Amino acid sequence: MDPRGRPLSPHLQVYKPQLTSVLSILHRITGVVMAFGTFVFVWWLVAVALGGEAYSILQDIFSTWFGRLLLFGWSFALFYHLCNGIRHLFWDIGKGFDLTTAYRSGWIVITSATVLTFVVWICAYTSIGKLL
Amino acid sequence: MAEFSLPANSKIKTGKIHKAPEGATDIKSFYVYRYNPDSEENPCVDVFEVDMGSCGPMVLDALIKIKNEMDSSLTFRRSCREGVCGSCAMNVDGTNTLSCIKAIDEIDGDVKIYPLPHMEVIKDLVPDLKHAYAQYASIEPWLKTNTPAPDKERLQSPEERAKLDGLWECVLCFCCSTSCPSYWWNGDEYLGPAALLQAYRWIADSRDEQTEERLEKLEDPFKLYRCHTIMNCTKTCPKHLNPAKAIGDVKKLMVEGS
Repeated sequence: MDPRGRPLSPHLQVYKPQLTSVLSILHRITGVVMAFGTFVFVWWLVAVALGGEAYSILQDIFSTWFGRLLLFGWSFALFYHLCNGIRHLFWDIGKGFDLTTAYRSGWIVITSATVLTFVVWICAYTSIGKLL
Repeated sequence: MAEFSLPANSKIKTGKIHKAPEGATDIKSFYVYRYNPDSEENPCVDVFEVDMGSCGPMVLDALIKIKNEMDSSLTFRRSCREGVCGSCAMNVDGTNTLSCIKAIDEIDGDVKIYPLPHMEVIKDLVPDLKHAYAQYASIEPWLKTNTPAPDKERLQSPEERAKLDGLWECVLCFCCSTSCPSYWWNGDEYLGPAALLQAYRWIADSRDEQTEERLEKLEDPFKLYRCHTIMNCTKTCPKHLNPAKAIGDVKKLMVEGS
């Protein structure tokens, strides 16, 4: 007998990622991302309350490409979590469990989250154009 | 707490390469997980080059051929070779399945074979299923009644019987439970899809008179509610059953009952 005890068979290392598991872990990741986003949102609100100078610092940060990337990520996280949350509500009432439906609803969630994110950003950029 | 990497004694080394016999033209490589409990060495992956010209169509046929002709020490469970016993459950080509009903030509390129994921390995492709069986026993998989036994059978209408379809067909291969990340991280307390599908099989049985008690026993943060509807279970079930739906139905009954 191996005195070190039995080995553990490989799991994450060998299991094929598939829509089922990838969307599930993405739901959790976007949840965590949004939790951090909430702090930034509070920071933004405080900056608004403090007035012009504080707000302009924040505005400068968010104007950089990295700031924009973060905001883009947060907006996608919000929409993905929202859409997949609705998918979960259907499961909670016992609907949409068969594999074909689960895959279809999964692709719908990905598509709608992406479309919503882009719609918001297109609106944002066109309105910035108007303001300038 | 979730451990994402393998413990030191479980890290996989490269193993031996077993060449195909001379004259073989149609060769497919099988990468097979090996662990010898008598060796004090880490598990490894051996490569077997199998002559497909003289091999049966299923992954299990290839394993049997390897054992017969290339390395008789290769260890795996098998029995019925037609998908009804659940013995030859393993991880083939990245997902769990019964190797006897998994066709080799469904797999592109090399065939990678591991034991059921996140289980203690006894030898090669044989995992220790003790805990999974104990969890199955814990849901008390038998008819429980309060009323005295009638003279004849306890009757069931065709409609009531139909509710058990998709549940009774489970062969307890544990492909589903060992495909579930939640079961990987919390398998000590979370019952896993296989045991929960069976729990629902008895909850859904019109003849069973202890539905309330059964539901009460599952009312626990870990046993049932570690299911996050990942649905790897349903995706991987070689019998095309739907453990995710069964668990969903149990959760629904919990809400309706309270």
